[in-house]
Amino acid sequence: MANLVMIYISLIGAIGMLIGMGLLLGRSIVGPSFYDRALAVNSFGTKAVLFLCLFSLIIGRSDGVDIAILYALMNFIATIAILKFFRYRALDVPLAQRPEKSGGRRG
Amino acid sequence: MAEPVIDTAVPASGALPWIEILEWGQALLSGGLILTGTFFVLAGAIGVLRMPDFFTRIHAAGMTDTMGAEFILLGLVVQAGFTQLSLKLLLVAFFLFVTSPTATHAIAHAAHLSGLKPRLGRYQAPDLEDIGKGDRS
Repeated sequence: MANLVMIYISLIGAIGMLIGMGLLLGRSIVGPSFYDRALAVNSFGTKAVLFLCLFSLIIGRSDGVDIAILYALMNFIATIAILKFFRYRALDVPLAQRPEKSGGRRG
Repeated sequence: MAEPVIDTAVPASGALPWIEILEWGQALLSGGLILTGTFFVLAGAIGVLRMPDFFTRIHAAGMTDTMGAEFILLGLVVQAGFTQLSLKLLLVAFFLFVTSPTATHAIAHAAHLSGLKPRLGRYQAPDLEDIGKGDRS
C-alpha cells in the first residue's frame, strides 16, 4: 500500500516534468533572442534528467539513472560549448582571457 | 535458532506495527519531497514562459531548477533506500547542484557581454562601454 502511494506520487512528478518540458519547448521555439533559447534548452535538459530518474524508479529498473548522469554532464558541456561558439564563432579559442590582448572585446 | 519468525502484520497485543509505520513514513516523506520539487519545477517552467524579460526569465529558470531538482532527487533517494541506486541518485544531485548555477551564470554573462539590456521601466540601462567612465551620481 505504501509502495503504491510512492509509485503514484512519482507518476505525478513525472507527468509534471513532461508538462514543464512542453512549456520550455514553447519558450525555446518562440524565444526572441538566442540566449532565451539557450536558457530554455538548458532547463529542458535538467527536466529531462529529472524525468529519467523518476521514470526509472517507477518502472523499477535502475538503468535510467546511469543515462541521467550522462545526460546531466552532457547538458552542461553542450550549453558551455554553444555559448562559446556563438560568442567567438570558433571552438579553439581559450576561455581564459589573454593578458597581452588589452581591449578589443570580441563578439 | 529456535526463535520463531515474528509476523509483523499481526502485532502482539500492545505492540505497534513498527515496520508498517516506517514504510508509511518513508512513503509520505518521499512523496512530500517529490511533490514540493514538482511544484518548484513547474513554477520555474511557467516563469520561463511568462516572464517579460530575459533577465527575469533567467531568474525563474535558474533558481527554481536548482531547488526543485534537489528536492525531487532527495525524495527519490528516500524512496530508493540504502542501496547503490541511491548513491547514483546522489551523484546526479551533486552534478546538477554544481552545473546548473554555473550554466545559468554562463548564459547570463554571455548575454550581458553581448549587450542585451534588461527592461527597467522608465529607466534606461547604460551601454557596456559607458559604465566605467560615466558620471557617478
